[in-house]
Amino acid sequence: MRSHYQWLIVIVLLAAFCLWVALPETDGIELDFDSDGEVDFSFSVSESLGLDIVGGQRVLLRADIPEDAYTAADLEEAANNVSRRVNGLGLSEATVQVQGSTRILVELPGVTDEEEARRTIQQTAQLEFVNFSGVDSGTISLYEGQPVLTSQQVEIEQQRQALLEQQGGEADTAGGSDEAASDEAELTEVEGQAIAAIDTLFAVAGRMLPAETEQLEPLTRGGQPFETVMTGDGLSAAVAQTDGVSWFIEFELTGEGGDVFGPFTAASIGQPMAIVLDGILISAPTIQARLDTGGVITGGFSEDEAKQLALQLRSGALPIPLSVESFSKVGATLGQESVNLSIRAGAVGIVVVLSFMLFYYRVPGLAADGALIVFILLNLALFKLIPVTLTLPAITGFLISVGTAVDGNILIFERLKEELRDGKNLDDALDAGFDRAWTSIRDSNLSTIIICGILFLFGQTPGASIVSGFAITLALGLILNLFTAIIVTRTFLYIIVKGLFHDTIDQRRWLLGT
Amino acid sequence: MFNIVEKRRWYYAFSGIVLLICIGFMVFSAIDTGQPFRLSIDFQGGAIYEFQFDEPGATEDSIRGVFESFGEDNPIIQQLGDEEDYRWSVRVNFAEDQSSQEILTALEELAQLEEENESVEQVSPTIGREVTRAALLAVLAASVVITGFIVIAFRKVPNALRYGLCAIAAMTHDVLVVLGIAALFGFLLGWEVDALFLTAVLTVVGFSVQDSIVVFDRIRENIPKHIGEPYETIVNRSIWETIHRSLATQLNAFFIMIAILLFGGDSIRQFIAVLFIGLLSGTYSSIFVAVPLLVSWEKGQIPFLKGDENIAAQPAEA
Repeated sequence: MRSHYQWLIVIVLLAAFCLWVALPETDGIELDFDSDGEVDFSFSVSESLGLDIVGGQRVLLRADIPEDAYTAADLEEAANNVSRRVNGLGLSEATVQVQGSTRILVELPGVTDEEEARRTIQQTAQLEFVNFSGVDSGTISLYEGQPVLTSQQVEIEQQRQALLEQQGGEADTAGGSDEAASDEAELTEVEGQAIAAIDTLFAVAGRMLPAETEQLEPLTRGGQPFETVMTGDGLSAAVAQTDGVSWFIEFELTGEGGDVFGPFTAASIGQPMAIVLDGILISAPTIQARLDTGGVITGGFSEDEAKQLALQLRSGALPIPLSVESFSKVGATLGQESVNLSIRAGAVGIVVVLSFMLFYYRVPGLAADGALIVFILLNLALFKLIPVTLTLPAITGFLISVGTAVDGNILIFERLKEELRDGKNLDDALDAGFDRAWTSIRDSNLSTIIICGILFLFGQTPGASIVSGFAITLALGLILNLFTAIIVTRTFLYIIVKGLFHDTIDQRRWLLGT
Repeated sequence: MFNIVEKRRWYYAFSGIVLLICIGFMVFSAIDTGQPFRLSIDFQGGAIYEFQFDEPGATEDSIRGVFESFGEDNPIIQQLGDEEDYRWSVRVNFAEDQSSQEILTALEELAQLEEENESVEQVSPTIGREVTRAALLAVLAASVVITGFIVIAFRKVPNALRYGLCAIAAMTHDVLVVLGIAALFGFLLGWEVDALFLTAVLTVVGFSVQDSIVVFDRIRENIPKHIGEPYETIVNRSIWETIHRSLATQLNAFFIMIAILLFGGDSIRQFIAVLFIGLLSGTYSSIFVAVPLLVSWEKGQIPFLKGDENIAAQPAEA
């Protein structure tokens, strides 16, 4: 009996701790043992709610070029850029994750402006300062909003091609003897592909622009690309500014940027220069003076456009064009409403289960109810401690696990009644109930736990992520149940039946539900 | 003690008819729509817009007009909830850069929209294909792993594989019932089979096997305890000894699920309904399919499967 009281202390302490953690206002604790003003022990917990509950947007992006045309590092860099941009919007809760080898997942809780989010995330923001010397400055403004072919774009494409070649070459080194012979043919092929890739780039950029610009032929200098003087990498800072009439972007140059830009501007005073974003000419100012440290970009921006572009320039260009592969948006109240309904439904269901157990199994039912409450507290605490992101399916998984958690107790109690009917005395019947039911509880719970494992893996597919939450909470419930159904129920029941009210119960068998 | 197992031909007939009806629904749906059940955008790709107007004014035709003006040729439009909720769901094809905001702004012109109540889901066909592949893999993995698990759990009982296969038969029964129901409700109410549906199916598989195992476990325990009794009697005894548990457990799961069905939100209702039917079928099939099949097999009554009449008469090796 002593060990049962020891267990009781453990369980009560555990339950109290879980209750404290599970309380909505608990966010952790900081202890300062020696009162020296420094925290000696800190422990923090937080509730993690899914997008379907708090509302917001979820965007799954995919690299818009063939998988072998970029490296894992490029994708990582793209994700970091997106992350910087998203943080620049002031969304500290946002998450940006690389998924597999082709995708980036962006979650923006609480964001409602879809246009802004999409543009911020998706725009490549490859900025180029292009040498437009010799172009007639009188007609130049007509070209604004039109695509421009630049040396930088061709170079990027050639690098991608080289990477492709290299990887293809590794695959067939054994049979690659006639490679040299086809060098010339390849060159033109590369150029062709460069044009194709630039088309994608335009397609990506074109989405952000009025539809009529999309189909235009890129501007060239007599069929040759314009020379890119400097890219966005040469900028160290970019801020949106206004003179009260229009918005423009003020930029500062890095040391290296200045080394290139200074001499170029000095040599081209009086000549036009093109500022090209994602292959589109945004403005073509005439160079007035040598620029060593910075300058301004004008382009008839609205306030939003200027701020967004400045943010993108600060964060750097995306190394890979990205396209949206799946998108979801949930209104904030919609999710909150569903959760409130689920909580209400769950509370009703739990009360019914507790009552059923009490009425049907009497004293053992009371012990089971105690164990079920401990079970619920443990679950709620672990959701915050692990933490488990609570989505609607996750909450459902938890509720289902509450409904089935009593299964273990039912197995034990039915066995107890059976043993009593067979004429065993109360104590032996109690022992037999717990001993014999164990294999059944273990084996039967395991089958569903295994299924949860498979569901969890299924939920790793980008399109089925909603499934993971359900699998996690259901599995967690089933595993915890192995502990609560056996140990917690046994502790409560032994203390009530063997310790406190042995004779009372032994003389009134109806209290055991028989 | 009423002999449940003795009447097994009736259960087989009943289950057979139910399964035929369920398969009938799927065939019917396949003829009607080309798919055994309506597949959601999770598997096929596409986009779903759900929105709610604050006031009357929008009709199905005017909503269709808005979507068609965005080049969506065949929007599937459904009204959700009550007539006075003005709540709609529209399913269209996936268009890579279709901003939902533009569409919602256009809808706003029909009547005032409840902005906080909008939800949009766009899934590319590529993602849909990946989910489909993963789903098939998950089903395959579940079948293999569960069979293996039962064989291992019952390795000490004679003919362990037999228990595994009977549990699988019951599980297949439940899955077919759930799929048939999905086909029927797809036809009647426009329900779609999505990733959550598959989750419900696999969860049903888990609980179905769980139910079968509880009865099997009792048989496993009773074989050495009642040496000399015919196998059929032992099995029948085991069913009766576990039937209270099966019913009580089922009841508790149902309390929770009925509460969610009655008081929970719309978005999870379909999932719970499928789970509910599946669990009901699971409890039935563990008692009236899995266990009777064990007896039939043992008696050599299943074509092409050899039985052994006197298995229980031999001392069990366990």
